[in-house]
Amino acid sequence: METEFTPLISLAGGALIGLAAVLLMAVLGRIMGATGVLTGAIVPYTRSDWSWRAAVLAGMVSAPVLAALLTGFRPEITVPVTPLMLVVGGLIVGVGVTFGAGCTSGHGVCGNARLSPRSLVATGVFMVATFVTVFVVRHVVGG
Amino acid sequence: MRLIAGYLIGVIFGMGILISGMANPAKVLNFFDIFGAWDPSLAFVMGGALVVTFIGYRLVLKQPRPLADSKFHLPSKSDIDARLIAGSATFGVGWGIAGFCPGGALPALGTGNTSVMIFVAALVVGIWIATWAQRHVLVAA
Repeated sequence: METEFTPLISLAGGALIGLAAVLLMAVLGRIMGATGVLTGAIVPYTRSDWSWRAAVLAGMVSAPVLAALLTGFRPEITVPVTPLMLVVGGLIVGVGVTFGAGCTSGHGVCGNARLSPRSLVATGVFMVATFVTVFVVRHVVGG
Repeated sequence: MRLIAGYLIGVIFGMGILISGMANPAKVLNFFDIFGAWDPSLAFVMGGALVVTFIGYRLVLKQPRPLADSKFHLPSKSDIDARLIAGSATFGVGWGIAGFCPGGALPALGTGNTSVMIFVAALVVGIWIATWAQRHVLVAA
């Protein structure tokens, strides 16, 4: 299934993601990683400061509601995979980001912006693994 | 003050994710499908986010401390161990199967989309399992 190439709107969205990362560091001194925010919010007793993560999470979840109310914008969410693949993929992602200590936002944006060697390696590894997986799913299994 | 700031920052992050296309698995998977229906948009998401964060962090981290905390909480680990590599590879496999990453899925929860809810429920269970395993099974590792 083709999707439209959207360089400008994607660049703008990326810049907003970066702005959020910079603001979180400037105000609360924290890394803007979705894995860290979610884990800190759902795994009790890991950190004493559960509340700021819950606040960031609440902001994320309410973004589409606010966008729809203020501008009428509704994001396109097309899911070209089966529900079983969502469950299996979700479980695997959860295990992977916990052991890998981060995901696309924590390692891919914040860590790489700090030139952290761990994040540079993690990002290279997960990008290659995702590429290989998509190739296998679409062109080997599904081919 | 800290919670209001956190909430607003979450909203900005979520808006960025939604307009960039990161919450759309069809677009995300096409980025990785170079030999199929390739859509390079995600490179622009990463590029935009990295440039802003790279410059912004350099300005922010020159300050003695953040506005609403006593210090910057930066990751201190620097060793590239097997757990980092295996975990990241595992994450990539899951991302390639489902098309959602955590940062792409969480803001999309607010749309009420059923697929997103299924993915996030499984994601939460996966994080719980791995957190438990790290604490109780792999302590010595």
